Amino acid sequence: MDETNKMSETAKKEEQTSTQKIGIYLWIWLLLFVLSFFSYMVDWYQFQGMLRWSLILFFMFLKAGLIMAFFMHLFWERYALVNVLLWPMTAIACFIFLMTAEFKYTVFSRLFYFVVGGA
Amino acid sequence: MSEQKIDGFELKPGFKGMASDTGSDQTMFKGVHWGKAMMWIFLLSDTFVFSCFLISYMKGRGSTLVDWPNTSEVFSLHVGSVPVPLLLIAIMTFVLITSSGTMALAVKYGYEKNRKMCGWLILATAVGGLTFVGMQVFEWSKLIHEGVRPWGNPFGASQFGSFFFMITGFHGFHVSIGVIFLFIYTYKVFAGHYESKKRGWFTKMKGDYVEIEILGLYWHFVDLVWVFIFAFFYLW
Repeated sequence: MDETNKMSETAKKEEQTSTQKIGIYLWIWLLLFVLSFFSYMVDWYQFQGMLRWSLILFFMFLKAGLIMAFFMHLFWERYALVNVLLWPMTAIACFIFLMTAEFKYTVFSRLFYFVVGGA
Repeated sequence: MSEQKIDGFELKPGFKGMASDTGSDQTMFKGVHWGKAMMWIFLLSDTFVFSCFLISYMKGRGSTLVDWPNTSEVFSLHVGSVPVPLLLIAIMTFVLITSSGTMALAVKYGYEKNRKMCGWLILATAVGGLTFVGMQVFEWSKLIHEGVRPWGNPFGASQFGSFFFMITGFHGFHVSIGVIFLFIYTYKVFAGHYESKKRGWFTKMKGDYVEIEILGLYWHFVDLVWVFIFAFFYLW
């Protein structure tokens, strides 16, 4: 009894990831095509300003999320792995925040010293 | 999920599972092949590399006083005599997504031990990647011909060229490496290395279809990076 139980556990470990139904991949695939088409349309119709940026970001994050969750199987992975991979992204967000402040300062300096001509 | 066990260790779901997995004094990533975990760690580091490129691009573009080149004009192609904005880039995006889809299916068929189907799908992925690199070569040569250089260009801010060549070049390099490995693994699958448990190179690991998933992770990552480059460099 104990031996058979151990056998089945080993078998489960050997089995690795269980395969998903083909339908889910085909749906995600189709969705990626549609989203790419939409993000191309953003440029085609020459949306400008906040509408353009928010649409670009929306389609981008949706596509990235779909690829990571389903094509890269993160949706089915255990939280120990998912969290190790996703939390470092906050460091990138911090870096973006810092560099935004930095480029604004650079623009200010350039305008102040090169265009206005200093104090 | 909760009845699942690995080496007698009960796998709890959710954040409780994360806490017990992490504190289990055994392997942390339960049921995850070590090769897969290592590929994920590599991809995480690669994410930081590409982030640094894109953030430096943001900083460069944001701090220049000269107008940035209008990408939908710079990257337009003439169909007949009508300029179509971003046409080549759109086709490249669709080719890369197509190859990502075939790769996802290859992983699935690999786990089902469907050797033929898996092999053909990896080959299709490789051909898609090769097409992508080919179109990128065309794009580069077109822009170089039009006078785009890392230090200047006729369309606007001189930083444009250096960011363009650096970011798309580094991505194209990733695609090229991926294509080489896709061809190698096409051979390995068709030759039946995963049925005969033939050992790979650099490793004592016995051949298994999990290698196809690891290869797939890399390929999907290349597609993932392109999603961000497409949004920030071409559309923004």
